Amino acid sequence: MSQTIEAPVEVRLPAGDEERHGDRPWVVIVWNDPINLMSYVTFVLRKLFGYSKEEATKLMLQVHNEGKAVVSSGEKEKAEFDVARLHAHGLWATLRQD
Amino acid sequence: MAHRRIERDRKGGYRLRLPAEERELLRSLPAQLRDLLRTDDPSLRRLFPPAYADDPEADDEYRRLMRDELLDGKIAGLRVVEETAGADRLTGEQLEAWLGALESLRLVLGTQLDVTEETYADDLDPSDPLAPALALYGYLSWLQEQAVEALSGELQ
Repeated sequence: MSQTIEAPVEVRLPAGDEERHGDRPWVVIVWNDPINLMSYVTFVLRKLFGYSKEEATKLMLQVHNEGKAVVSSGEKEKAEFDVARLHAHGLWATLRQD
Repeated sequence: MAHRRIERDRKGGYRLRLPAEERELLRSLPAQLRDLLRTDDPSLRRLFPPAYADDPEADDEYRRLMRDELLDGKIAGLRVVEETAGADRLTGEQLEAWLGALESLRLVLGTQLDVTEETYADDLDPSDPLAPALALYGYLSWLQEQAVEALSGELQ
């Protein structure tokens, strides 16, 4: 018995690096800073993303205690738009692919 | 105890109860920041943070696309404060502009003073040459807190 496979078999090739890269969402991160008021950060997250007061407070506390929090994610263009809106409100935000 | 400076009224607007000297201060600060915005002073860095922390090329591109729009927004907010510093009432839109202008002023002043989360105006040492600037920072923070509180009632 031969272990050699003679007939061509269908091999599902792993998707190219580039393709997988494109599928991963972009995340928007807000970083802690010593100037922004806690109440202000909560307000901006509610206003821009429609978070409830509880959700926004939780994210704000995560920024405050852990140094950063992911506040939104999605396509690159959307993430960049969100970062620009956060910058317009004075928050220190960056985007990166997850 | 100081009275509240900004309060939501029943007509959906906001009442501004500011002493004359505070109005004068708020009228004069926007022009100072606008002058600074014409320079590339390092204390402006928090107004234009990086969007891509680890990708300088992408960040340059972001800045090229966004910086002017961001700058225009900051200047528009400052102009509203300058023009309405004497008003008794503000619309929601005007108060949002105040909030943005207070934010810009605090970001720049806080950067100049290198504030930490422990910086409070209460701990001022009168002999500290930075005491007046720290007091101003404390005042702007206090006022911004009130603007946030007043506007938060509008959400949901």
